[in-house]
Amino acid sequence: MSPQKPFTKNIRFDQELIASWIEPGSKVLDLGCGEGDLLHFLKNGKGVEETGIELSPEKTVACIAKGLSVIHGDINDEIPDYPDDKFDYVILSQTLQQVYEPADLIHSLLRIGRKGIVSFPNFSNWRIRLQLLTTGYAPITRQLPYEWYDTPNIRVITIKDFRKFSRTVGFTILKEIAITTRRDGAGTIVKLMPSFFAEFGIFLIERNHS
Amino acid sequence: MSEYTEHHMNEISVGMVEKKFYTFAEPPCEMNLESGHKLGPVTLAYETSGTLNPDKSNAILILHALSGDSHVAGYYQKEDPKPGWWDIVVGPGKGIDTDRYYVICSNVIGSCMGSTGPGSINPKTNIPYGLDFPVVTIGDMVKAQNELIEHLGINKILCVIGGSIGGMQVLEWSLRYPEKILSAIALATTPRHSALSIAFHEVARQAIIADPNWKNGKYYTGPKPDLGLSVARMIGHITYLSDESMRNKFGRRLQDKKDFSFNFDADFQVENYLRYQGKKFVERFDANSFLYITKASDYFDIAAQYGSGSLAEAFSRAKAKFLVVSFTSDWLYPTYQSRDMVKAMKKSGLDVSFCELASEWGHDSFLLPSENLSTLLKGFLGCVTSKTLH
Repeated sequence: MSPQKPFTKNIRFDQELIASWIEPGSKVLDLGCGEGDLLHFLKNGKGVEETGIELSPEKTVACIAKGLSVIHGDINDEIPDYPDDKFDYVILSQTLQQVYEPADLIHSLLRIGRKGIVSFPNFSNWRIRLQLLTTGYAPITRQLPYEWYDTPNIRVITIKDFRKFSRTVGFTILKEIAITTRRDGAGTIVKLMPSFFAEFGIFLIERNHS
Repeated sequence: MSEYTEHHMNEISVGMVEKKFYTFAEPPCEMNLESGHKLGPVTLAYETSGTLNPDKSNAILILHALSGDSHVAGYYQKEDPKPGWWDIVVGPGKGIDTDRYYVICSNVIGSCMGSTGPGSINPKTNIPYGLDFPVVTIGDMVKAQNELIEHLGINKILCVIGGSIGGMQVLEWSLRYPEKILSAIALATTPRHSALSIAFHEVARQAIIADPNWKNGKYYTGPKPDLGLSVARMIGHITYLSDESMRNKFGRRLQDKKDFSFNFDADFQVENYLRYQGKKFVERFDANSFLYITKASDYFDIAAQYGSGSLAEAFSRAKAKFLVVSFTSDWLYPTYQSRDMVKAMKKSGLDVSFCELASEWGHDSFLLPSENLSTLLKGFLGCVTSKTLH
């Protein structure tokens, strides 16, 4: 592996945006880090101190093979072991829609991290709205490609829902960005009517200062 | 651990290796043991492969399990039917790459594979120690290894690696000499020996002690307690396998017969296998060493020793970067024991990676060919190396 390899080519557009919010040299925990592409980029490109948690043993092996510090386990079981403010950023990328207790998770995430970065597929995207309206079937899209009976995505979240959630649950949204993506990993930022046009929402959050 | 898989000379290998010896703690400067007793002189048998770099920063110490020895990889001579016990992992381009690292493996004290143990000559009596050999601990084994490392002029070990009782030594190293190791890999091991594991060891020891040839450990001039030791090995072997692997390997198949014998010969393949393993073991292992090493692992409890009962407090002494690996079908040191360890390391703020690998082969999995395990070792070591060598 040559050290000159440009790391940005290896990560998706949404991951690139997440990475752009992270200060160099910070401590980052990626919950559900997959094969570790984002962490690998952050470690080599931004010198962050990385930790990942991944449920799949095969993906965990892939992460450790990249030289990343990753723990094979369930995020709900692994989070409680960390002390308060252990990390500068805790990332929950495209996983919130699979979580049983989202409010509890967000609270613990903001207990162990000074800031949280949460991204999820936007269920109010126009394709989803149109599919439901015209076909009458539960929508299937590139972002949410499962049938209702085999999907790991047990929750449907919209960008507006997440903003409302922040007020109900009690956390502060520092930044948000809405995007559409292409099959090859590239993407575009959506500025016009994100609730209608965006496929994903990405939020930078922190604890409420009371 | 059981017998490793067969290999051939034409496979990639470190080639010829040599069994070396280092003797220290000559009286009156004997080694102080945890029991309060003294031991000296102490000899360690060891093996090295690869090349130590000029700044001595590429040393890896491999720690063996119960019945292992210092012969970790390669061959003593061309005619050897088998290479060292972890040849699948240690060698040029392998998981532990001898082109990059200087690999050291030493035989534990208490063993019978070249290091000082109950079968060695007691200089005070000029006959083998037998039960006059003091009971040693995992801590004592590590203390002796540290003498060897100092003798080799190495101030900082890049990584200590071991499985099972070797894994216990890894944990001990990380707490006893936190400044001396940069990283640690603990495979299929436990931070404290459970009641279940102690129970199996005790049954195995009682099999040896009940053998009339054992004679309170004074059997070195006469017949050996082979029967007891082979039963002890058979018990051990059961705990190294798993329900699934035994079902797949033997099932209820009969050995060379179509019907039951209606006597107490080995009817089933599994019986035959265990008898064979037991018989093979007595040819190479000393019964007293079996007693001493199993006792050492039964005493092992790092929470009690270093953390007043708290694992997290124990690990707060450690500084190494850790990789912990467990195997799904290991019921001797099940995954929950590795997870306890990882939890404590996280609470102590240590840098730890953990993976439970799927394997049907039980506790023995860490000794068997596994692409996943080699990938983990390579990735982890590569990361530690790039941090230190630049």
